[in-house]
Amino acid sequence: MTLVSAGPHRTVAALALLAFSGLAQAAGTGQLGTGGVSTFEGSGGGGIVPWATLSGYATREEIDATAFYTRSELDDYRLDVYGASVNLYNRLELSIARQELDLVTLGPALGLPGASLEQDVLGAKVRIAGDVVYSRMPQVSVGVQHKRNRDFLIPRLVGAPDDDGTDVYLSAAKLFLAGLGGDNVFANATLRSTKANETGLLGFGGPGGDSRRLRVEGAVGLFLHRTFVIGAEYRSKSGNLPGLPEDDWFDIFVAWVPNRHVSLTAAYVDFGEIATLASQNGWYLSLELRP
Amino acid sequence: MPCKKTALNFVLAALISLILVGCAGGRADDSLYQRLGGEQGVDRLVGELLDEVHADRRIAFLFEGTDRDNLHAVIVEQICAETGGPCTYRGLDMRAAHSGLDIRHDEFDAFVEDLIVAMERVGVPTPAQNRLLAIFAPMREKVVFQ
Ligand code: HEM
Repeated sequence: MTLVSAGPHRTVAALALLAFSGLAQAAGTGQLGTGGVSTFEGSGGGGIVPWATLSGYATREEIDATAFYTRSELDDYRLDVYGASVNLYNRLELSIARQELDLVTLGPALGLPGASLEQDVLGAKVRIAGDVVYSRMPQVSVGVQHKRNRDFLIPRLVGAPDDDGTDVYLSAAKLFLAGLGGDNVFANATLRSTKANETGLLGFGGPGGDSRRLRVEGAVGLFLHRTFVIGAEYRSKSGNLPGLPEDDWFDIFVAWVPNRHVSLTAAYVDFGEIATLASQNGWYLSLELRP
Repeated sequence: MPCKKTALNFVLAALISLILVGCAGGRADDSLYQRLGGEQGVDRLVGELLDEVHADRRIAFLFEGTDRDNLHAVIVEQICAETGGPCTYRGLDMRAAHSGLDIRHDEFDAFVEDLIVAMERVGVPTPAQNRLLAIFAPMREKVVFQ
């Protein structure tokens, strides 16, 4: 049988469709769905947890690209992230993100008004087994996030020895079609090895040396409607810097995916104590665009 | 912080219950068959599906040499049997049915899209759509690249 089919192949993955199962309009009138969104570290996932799914809608025959912008407003900080990723044949995801954490309260207090913590994150993720929709086993992926501080002054002042570090993670994700009553449910678990302080924004390692440790992360989602998913994420954290304890992160999100070219995610985040400032809660907004 | 513990417990509990729910996907009744509208409903659904597929430039060529009436009858029988209806599937197994077609993943996706369009068109409620997809999704590996 010929492999050449008529017409341009701009198919979305059925992952997309099934994830928002409900309606897929005929080609040309737009199709709905998502393969997750872009995390603040650039990898495909939720908001704060990288999932085993790869960004965008590429199938084994396709390539897809995603660009995103995220802003999170906490009590004493403001986080801006922009980045992009490509999904190659639903096998490999490459991503890049630039983060800027504005020290809204600490900056002036330290006599550094306008100070921020900035880092770049280069990511790669490989789907090693399974398919989030089609296999009985979960989709399993391994990924790396190589992070580098753009300005090391503050991380060094607080005792971080390294301005770069690489996180390695293993994720498993599954979509349960009609998993809850007739609704589709999604679950993801991630295990991360990291030596980052506050995900790297405060550098890597501590005075005690390189202390890589394992952290557990998770996400669940429920598809309320074909274009809406609500969910929650959890990310355990711990740093290496004396006097700067870290809290686990938590978010509750709603993602709206009107079509495969756009997604909008809004979340309430609870990041706990960050750099001596307690109970950092706030909102998180993220916009994704695809060609 | 106690609130963090609660959050973690919540997520863990949710994960575990999801896995349990996901594994308890047995269907001992014909409720899905009834939801699809029984014999008449499934017949209409398959008619719409095949209309959609034949009009879909991405995959129509795969069906060119196929006897549509026979395919219609066999798929009706299969859906009936799989959803708890009073039928026995007597068609080919999925690998044999698709052998030589070398169906790709994006073509499979197109077929699923067409199925969803067909289900919408005949008014299958979303939960029933999801349940039907849950039955057929795991068959992908037996359909593609045969
Ligand atoms: C889980 C999804 C699918 C199911 C349950 C399914 C079911 C069936 C059944 C029951 C038959 C008839 C078997 C027989 O003749 O005894 C059949 C044949 C066929 N299917 Fe599928 N199918 C699926 C996916 C696909 C896809 C994705 C395509 C193409 C994009 C496709 C193309 C065909 C064609 C062209 C035939 C006829 C082959 C011939 O004329 O011998 N099917 N399928």
